[in-house]
Amino acid sequence: MSRLITRRKVMTTALTALGGASGLAVAARLADRYGLIPPDHSGLYGAGETLTYASHRLLTAHGSLAREFRPDQISKVAPINGPPPTAFDYEQLLRRGFTNWRLEIDGLVARPSSFSLAELHGFTVSRQITHQACEEGWSFIAEWIGVPLGYVLNLVGASPNARYVVFYAYDDDWESIDMADASHPQTLLAYGMNGTDLPAGHGAPLRLRLPRQLGYKSIKYIAQISVVDTLKDIGDGSGSSAPGYGYSWYAGI
Amino acid sequence: MRATHWLTAASFIGLAVSGVAILLAHPRLYWGETGALGTPSLIDLPLPFMLTGQSGWGRYLHFLSAWIAVLTGTVYVLGGTRAHHFRHDLFRPAQPAKYNVVQRITYAAVVFVLFPLMIWTGLAMSPGVTAVLPLLVTSMGGQQSARTIHFIVASLLVLFVVGHVAMVVFTGFTRHVGAMILGGEPSAPEVQT
Repeated sequence: MSRLITRRKVMTTALTALGGASGLAVAARLADRYGLIPPDHSGLYGAGETLTYASHRLLTAHGSLAREFRPDQISKVAPINGPPPTAFDYEQLLRRGFTNWRLEIDGLVARPSSFSLAELHGFTVSRQITHQACEEGWSFIAEWIGVPLGYVLNLVGASPNARYVVFYAYDDDWESIDMADASHPQTLLAYGMNGTDLPAGHGAPLRLRLPRQLGYKSIKYIAQISVVDTLKDIGDGSGSSAPGYGYSWYAGI
Repeated sequence: MRATHWLTAASFIGLAVSGVAILLAHPRLYWGETGALGTPSLIDLPLPFMLTGQSGWGRYLHFLSAWIAVLTGTVYVLGGTRAHHFRHDLFRPAQPAKYNVVQRITYAAVVFVLFPLMIWTGLAMSPGVTAVLPLLVTSMGGQQSARTIHFIVASLLVLFVVGHVAMVVFTGFTRHVGAMILGGEPSAPEVQT
């Protein structure tokens, strides 16, 4: 075999590699623009997470609905993972029945606002009987009562540049979801459960309900909501406190 | 085709190890839509509850391995169909057959029943996917039933792998693995088991 072929082979390989690399770079930029890259995309497991999140976003782009159940299917046992926060300010709120609690909403919104529990009760009421699965493996069905997050975001005038909604809780956890989930009709700010006020262990006074993802994304004990266009400057940039504990940001699995 | 074998082997180890890590967070299995401590279980596995976050890396590794297994499996099934591997070696084998009837049935069941069932029940546990295709989970009798079937089929696959590796060892490890890596037939004639 002549050197010419070897050289040609080398050049073809180099060109293919270059083409492949720039193709990947273009694909990554496009994927990012269309919201297909999760914030915890780097690291050893990032490729798997990105494939999962991107394929779910492409599959669920048309507003698929989580299954809803009949009232007689509501579970008699609805376990909780860990007790409510022991922080002083949370215990004060709990003692006074959350009458002095207010939900703060800020960030990329036309009208930064704060709402009392009574004001939230006055908004559109949405009820859903959905399945909640803990990432550990157990699950239950419950009825959740609240206001759709999308309704509240409209009310405060969320910017068209918004890409994520961030939640801060009294137990120092924080969480974020993309706008596809934030504007989904089943995404609730829930203040009620199974016909009563939300019990403390289930996240009183207000928790997120996100039935298209595992239980840990439905953050409890919400204090503040922030609308943002990037998650890079928040915490370690991985999108929520879950990756810090070793759990993926996207939990639609 | 040989590359798909080793990619599948690597992802299978990843899936099995991470699957156990996830299972240890709650080693109880249920039937129906729901199940938790305080409700009746179907199987209580004699394993400890490990709530120290083993399921976090477990999940990351499980889904990365699952993607590799599914993509590799697609290439394998397409390649195997194109090369008539399934027809010549499994369904209408030439005489004398390369594999005996038990081997052929087992192999066909693993490729065309057990692996698809793993993917089906895996997706049936995904609240994002079942929102698009509810039939995935209702056909399994509920999310917890899907989890239980996922566990049982995984156990069958582990049994298959143990048997598969044992047969390779008993019939000449070096010769077979050499053939599996480099191609061709095992170098010395021998009785197929």
